[in-house]
Amino acid sequence: MTSVGQALKRKEDPRMITGRGYYTEDIQLPGMLHAAIVRSPEAHAAIASIDTSEAKERDGVVAVYTGEDMAGDFAGGIPMVWAPPGVEIKTPEHWPLKRGQVKHVGDPVAVVVATSRAAAIDAAEDVIVDYDAKPAVVDPEAALADGSPLVWEEFGTNKTHEWAVAGGDFDAALAEAEVTVEARYVNHRTSGAPIEPRCSVAEYRGDKLTLYSTTQIPHIARFVLGGMLGVSEDKLRVVAPDVGGGFGAKLQVYAEEALVLALAKRLGRPVKWTETRSEHMTTSHHGRDQINYITLTAKRDGTVTGCRARVVADLGAYQQLLTPFIPTLGFPVMGGCYAIPSIDLHFTGVFTNKMPTDAIRGAGRPEATYWIELTMDKLARELDMDPLELRRRNFIRNDQFPFETALGIVYDSGDYEGTLDKLLGHFDVDAFRSEQASLREQGVYRGVGFSTWVEVCGLAPSRAVGPQGVGLQAAFYESANVRVTPTGSAIVYSGISPHGQGLDTSFAQIAGDILGIDPQNVEVLHGDTDQGAWGWDTYGSRSLSVGGEALARAARKVQEKAKRICAALLEAAPEDIELEDGKYQVKGSPDKSMTMAEISGAAHIPPNELPADIEPGLEESSFYDPENFVFPFGAHACVVDVDVETGKVTVVRYVAVDDCGPAINPMLIDGQVHGGITHAIGQVLYEQIVYDEEGQLVTGTFVDYALPTAAEVPRFETDRTETPSPTNSLGVKGIGEAGTIAATPAVAAAVLDALRPLGVESLDIPHTPVRVYEAIQAAHGNGADPPSSQQGVRLDEHGKGSAGSGPTRPDEGGAS
Amino acid sequence: MITAPFDYEAPETVDAAVRMLHENGEDAKLLAGGHSLLPLMKLRLAAPTLLVDMRLVPGLHHIQRENGSWRIGAMTRHADLQDTPELGLAAAAASQIADQQVRNRGTIGGSLAHGDPASDLPGVLLALEGEVSAQGPNGLRTIAAGELFQDYLTTALAHDEVITEVRLPATDGWGYGYEKFTRRAEDWAMVGVCALVKKAPDGSCEDVRVGLTNMGSTPLRATATEEALRGGSLDADSIAAAAEQAAEGTEPPGDLNATPDYKRHLARVLTRRALVAAAQA
Repeated sequence: MTSVGQALKRKEDPRMITGRGYYTEDIQLPGMLHAAIVRSPEAHAAIASIDTSEAKERDGVVAVYTGEDMAGDFAGGIPMVWAPPGVEIKTPEHWPLKRGQVKHVGDPVAVVVATSRAAAIDAAEDVIVDYDAKPAVVDPEAALADGSPLVWEEFGTNKTHEWAVAGGDFDAALAEAEVTVEARYVNHRTSGAPIEPRCSVAEYRGDKLTLYSTTQIPHIARFVLGGMLGVSEDKLRVVAPDVGGGFGAKLQVYAEEALVLALAKRLGRPVKWTETRSEHMTTSHHGRDQINYITLTAKRDGTVTGCRARVVADLGAYQQLLTPFIPTLGFPVMGGCYAIPSIDLHFTGVFTNKMPTDAIRGAGRPEATYWIELTMDKLARELDMDPLELRRRNFIRNDQFPFETALGIVYDSGDYEGTLDKLLGHFDVDAFRSEQASLREQGVYRGVGFSTWVEVCGLAPSRAVGPQGVGLQAAFYESANVRVTPTGSAIVYSGISPHGQGLDTSFAQIAGDILGIDPQNVEVLHGDTDQGAWGWDTYGSRSLSVGGEALARAARKVQEKAKRICAALLEAAPEDIELEDGKYQVKGSPDKSMTMAEISGAAHIPPNELPADIEPGLEESSFYDPENFVFPFGAHACVVDVDVETGKVTVVRYVAVDDCGPAINPMLIDGQVHGGITHAIGQVLYEQIVYDEEGQLVTGTFVDYALPTAAEVPRFETDRTETPSPTNSLGVKGIGEAGTIAATPAVAAAVLDALRPLGVESLDIPHTPVRVYEAIQAAHGNGADPPSSQQGVRLDEHGKGSAGSGPTRPDEGGAS
Repeated sequence: MITAPFDYEAPETVDAAVRMLHENGEDAKLLAGGHSLLPLMKLRLAAPTLLVDMRLVPGLHHIQRENGSWRIGAMTRHADLQDTPELGLAAAAASQIADQQVRNRGTIGGSLAHGDPASDLPGVLLALEGEVSAQGPNGLRTIAAGELFQDYLTTALAHDEVITEVRLPATDGWGYGYEKFTRRAEDWAMVGVCALVKKAPDGSCEDVRVGLTNMGSTPLRATATEEALRGGSLDADSIAAAAEQAAEGTEPPGDLNATPDYKRHLARVLTRRALVAAAQA
């Protein structure tokens, strides 16, 4: 029986859930010191003076350094790696500790190193910094206006760059359009907020530096940090131990990582720094923060003829690793799953006095899918057409794949009608509409939102994404090494670096099937630059479709060698050996067979019968650079109730039908989809990073930054179709970001559907209670119907607002 | 998320606790569960130099019915209130405090002494017209709910006074409703309303109490609503009309999630809902 396709329980879980995980913060090294960072309370200021004398006097303090003190420790600043051909991106100096000026709240200005974390944090409070405050700007459109305070005076503007891509003739489409819809969307700033905050430990032993860090990208980090420290890569090892979630927030090379390395080198003792949650909210990069101006053109019959997007992206105060690229990342699918003949995209990056933005789950694609899908809904209303009918009319048809879009991107495979049909098998729209109507008579405002989505992932083809493609100064192939031990277990080294996805399990399933070894005996190793081959790490839903394929290819090479060994020993031709139920057997003679343990034993302790041209050992590597991205897709439906008196939105049902190709492990797919949808529910209804007008961060804790919990999400109903990708031999596509990409518009559209009878036509996310309430009031002021006021019963139905019936638990609400 | 340095004592008697608080002045703080104080300390918004932990003091952990009132030991956990449905309103409110982990550790005495107007129990104590016993260097005194809450995070307790017991009048014959408006289940109330209604034999309103949470620097009573309803009809229109006055005289502070106007609106809506529930019970 093959293991691929089975919902194998996660091999990593028993260790994790019994507290036996090994996270960076668990690392205790002999003589280890602890660092605490002194951070700017100002959004924009010149540093007038820093007095470290009092902090240095404190018990346990070993050293206190400012940016000037450490100027000689760094050969280079924190880099940004996007250099699109022909475009200059303004990229300011970005040192781990700031020299002379600070540009956002939380900017690091000094570091305290002490014998305990508590002593370091206490002493950090005694570092006295005088700032000369400067005017700050936090709104990206205000930052582009004449006379705005400048984040970087030397550039003379807050505009970082413009980047454009187009295909087809949008101007002609606009001129000839029978219908044109326009919309402006604000896609607000969010945090990655993994449960494990960041932590880094550095050690300097002999002439070798080791960094243990909560990173998604140990290989890239070594590459970058080697450059920052002026250390050759053979002298720098980067290890990602167990990492407790990343969501893009750990797809970064951070100041603190460079800092602990420099400190370990300077002080000759290991140094640890652990982020507090408030530091995470302040200084782990944020995501989203775009304003989108969208135009769709169409014929009266619903045929969409053109799509134009003008994106203003708030990049914050510096360029981190991928900061300016992220708003652009989704461009290949900025036309959705529709055959749109002209697409015209333009991006403007803007500096503000805020933490830089960068990749957060979906990274550009949730933003794009949000505006595509909401604008399709708007077009449907303009045409007085069913929004799903409008989508079907514009879907790329199955017989059009591979489909080249107006931008020249080739969608690999799809069955958009198929996922939508399957969704509607689970979700009866007619029954919903009649239920919705009768509920409205009772004063309950229920709405449904649909999203038919496609995304681009599996980064991937170096040719398209690398220096000569869109201009990332990197490549995106992946590596794997498969080693079978003398007794027939397998050890797999992958260049990807999972941090919660369950790849220890799915990779074991892939390798186990190909090798004929029980997945329980396949150990998957990753995240250590001293193990295995060079890799490009985990992000952009690439692990399976790129790393998994590399692994499959290496495993097939091992299988091929195993067959040759088996053939030699069984006196058969290699092409006559087949792998069946874990046995390598001669075709037609199943009694003549060997197990992998027997074959590997022979490979490691070769019997004389083994021909000399078969090398000893059983180990193979593969490097795989895909020829295309992969394009997962699907159809989602979200149902919400809006308490129109208070504005509170509750998600009452969620149905998702996704297609990421053949399932390796369906349970892991469900887990990714559940988490992805929750992430989107978070952005649409709860989460927002808020700075006030002076650039002070208002949402510095989980009290203010409202991450949803299990009580805020419904039970998810998931299903799949399986349309293989022709791009890789497994046929797989990524699923890690899909839920977030799909659900952002679905949840928002559901709220708008519920509010439409009240005259609310558009509303920017997050749909917080006060915002929804005020939108209803404003629409009412414009002559729309007032909401019904009989809502008391409804709350009881949801288990809240008990009516003298004894205590209710909050977790009964919304969780059914 | 590391506190400033502090000393820690865990006395075994109330007298010893009072003495420690008295001798160490304003910088000593009582620890009674810690689910309000410790987060403030970890954020370094509070930095007491001594914590006097009440966990070893016997006799502060009980819920007893006596002569028409409930005597609740100050160290009684929210979870215990939640699991005592006979308490009615107090149990319902306790069941909605934060999450189960917090309810397993937080105490009624600690919550009331903290005096956070956004917390659930202060408004309940006020609506029930309960009282607390507080022991200080000069002995035991009783503080009525209306006296206890003075200002934001400020109570009538002296720094060296310790709540030992909370007394809530039993509400036999009263119906109640508790409406807590939050963004997430675990949040503090954006606005909360507790309503108690005692019906006369003819179904009219014999007596009514409405407590407001997070509508000012202390918990408040919606006195205009109470006066409008007391002695009158409890039909839907009367309740709705009375609830319209729920925010009268309040000046709630705006915050990240709500403007003052929105909070006043919520107070009216939630008051109506809580009264409807209380009148139905």
